[in-house]
Amino acid sequence: MSAAAVLWRQLRFERRLFWRNPSAAFFNFLLPLLLLFLVASVYADNPAELDVLIPGIAGMAIMATTFTALAFNVTFLREQGILKRMRGTPIPVPAYLGGLLGSAVVNAVLQVALIVAIGNLVYGVSWPKDPLSLAVFTAVGVVTFAALGVAFSHAIPNFDAAAAYANVVFLPLIFISGVFYSAESLPPVLEAVATALPLKHLIDGLFAAIVGGADVADQFGALAIVVAWGIAGVVLAARFFRWE
Amino acid sequence: MVTTTAAIGAGTAAEPAIRVDDLRKSYGAVEAVRGVSFEVRRGEVFGLLGPNGAGKTTTVEILEGYRERSGGAVSVLGHDPADRDRDLQQRVGIVLQGAGFYPRVTVGEAVGHFASLYERPRDPAETIELVGLTRSAASKTVELSGGQRRRLDLALALVGDPELVFLDEPTTGFDPAARRAAWEVVRRLSELDKTVLLTTHYLDEAQALADRVAIVKDGLVVAEGPPRELVGEGARYVVSYVAAGRRVHHETDDPTDLLHRLTSDALARGERLEGLSVSRPTLEDVYLELTEDEPAGDEPAEGPRT
Repeated sequence: MSAAAVLWRQLRFERRLFWRNPSAAFFNFLLPLLLLFLVASVYADNPAELDVLIPGIAGMAIMATTFTALAFNVTFLREQGILKRMRGTPIPVPAYLGGLLGSAVVNAVLQVALIVAIGNLVYGVSWPKDPLSLAVFTAVGVVTFAALGVAFSHAIPNFDAAAAYANVVFLPLIFISGVFYSAESLPPVLEAVATALPLKHLIDGLFAAIVGGADVADQFGALAIVVAWGIAGVVLAARFFRWE
Repeated sequence: MVTTTAAIGAGTAAEPAIRVDDLRKSYGAVEAVRGVSFEVRRGEVFGLLGPNGAGKTTTVEILEGYRERSGGAVSVLGHDPADRDRDLQQRVGIVLQGAGFYPRVTVGEAVGHFASLYERPRDPAETIELVGLTRSAASKTVELSGGQRRRLDLALALVGDPELVFLDEPTTGFDPAARRAAWEVVRRLSELDKTVLLTTHYLDEAQALADRVAIVKDGLVVAEGPPRELVGEGARYVVSYVAAGRRVHHETDDPTDLLHRLTSDALARGERLEGLSVSRPTLEDVYLELTEDEPAGDEPAEGPRT
C-alpha cells in the first residue's frame, strides 16, 4: 500500500472522528460564523466595514481551525498516549501527521469558502477579485498556522491547560490583527505588535485578494512575513516534537 | 527473515527473536540500564520481572523502538529497532502501558483501522473474538471498562498478525477472571508460535505463562532461566507448623530427614504439629530474595525463622 493511500485512509479516519466531536465542530465551524453574523449585524449598513470584516473573519477562521485546533488535538493525543500508540504501528510518520494536519486544512478551506460565499450572498461583499491570490494566502496561512499550532502544543503542559494556553494567544491576536475592524485604528504599540505577528498580514492579503483585487506580487511583503512565521513554525514543530 | 543458521551446526536453535547484549541507557547522570543481556528464543514466552524503576520498561521501550540506547547491542527479528524500519514494525505488536485511544471510535472501527495499517492483517472480527470483545464491538472506546480497554489494546497489537508481541504489564488492574482470560490469550499466542516478551509485576503470572524469565534489579539482570529452575536453584523446602500459637518455618534441603526428626520429637512429647506443611519456594520467594534491598541476615541453614 502506497504512503499516499495510507495518508488518504488516515485523513478519512480523522474526518469521521471530527464530526463526532460536538465541541470541536462548534469551535471550528459555528463560532466563526456566529461572530460573523453578530458583528455584521452592527455594520449592516456600512459596506466599507463589511469589506474589512469578511477577510478578517476568514483569517480568524484559518487560525481557529489550524492553530487552535491542532494545539488542542496534539496535546490531547500526546497526553492520551495515542501518538505513542500510532508510532508503534507501521504507519509512516508523514502519512500519520499528514492525516492529522490534512483534517485541519480541510476545515480551514471549507470555512474560508463558506465565509466568502456568505459575504457575497448575504452581505453583498464582492466575489474574490483575485482568486489566485486568495488561494495562495489561504494555503500559506493554513500551513503557517498549522505548524505554529503543533509547535505551540509543545509548550502546553497538559490537556486541561490547553484551552487557556490557546486562548491567551488567540483572543488578543484576533483583537489586534484587524478581524473586526481595521487594524489602522489601533494605538501604535498594539499596531506594532500586530505587525510583527502573522495574522494581520494574512488578513491584509485576504483583504487585497477578496476586496482590493491586488495580485500576489503586490502583497509580497505581507506574504513574506507569513511565510517567515511558517518556516519558524515548521522548524519549531519538528525540532521539539514529542510522541509522549 | 527466519534464518535457521545451519552453519552453526545441528542442535542449535534458530536465530533468537531478540538478542540484548550489554544494553545501557542513561538519562543524564542516571544510569537506568547498566549492562543488560538476555536472549528471547523464537516461539517462547519470555518474562521480564523486576521492581518499579529496575529498568524493565526502559529496556522494553528500547526494543520497541521508542527510545535510543546509550550503549550495547540489540537485535529484534534481525533488525536494530533504533532504525525504526517499517519491515520490523509490520512484524511486531506492542501493548503499551496506559495508552489511550480515540474516544469516539467503536471497538470494531479501531481494530479495522489498525488492520488497514498492516500488509497481512488478521481478520478484525476474528481478532476481536480472540480477545473476547465481540459483544462490545459496537461500543465506543470511552464506554469500555478498564479490563475491556486492555483487551482492546491486545486486539490492536494482534490485528497485524505479528511474529513478536510486546506485552507491558498486560493485566495490571484486571479482576481475577479477566486476568485468567488474558492468560488464555497469551497461551493461545504461544500455541500460534508467536514470540512474547512480557513484563509483569505479578510473579504468579510469570510463573504461569513464561517459558523463561529474567529478573532485573537496578538496571542489571540478577537471574535468568525457566521459572522452575530459578525456584529449583535454591532447592530448599520449607517445613512449617504452628507451635504455641506461632507459625514456625524451617528451611531444608532434605525434608524427609527433617520431618522425621520433627515428628519424632513431637510424638515423644505427646504433641501434635498443628498445620504442618511442606512446600517448595515459589518464584515470588526467589524474586523477593533477589530484589531485596538490604542483604538478608546470615541465618543458620535449618534454624527457625518465624
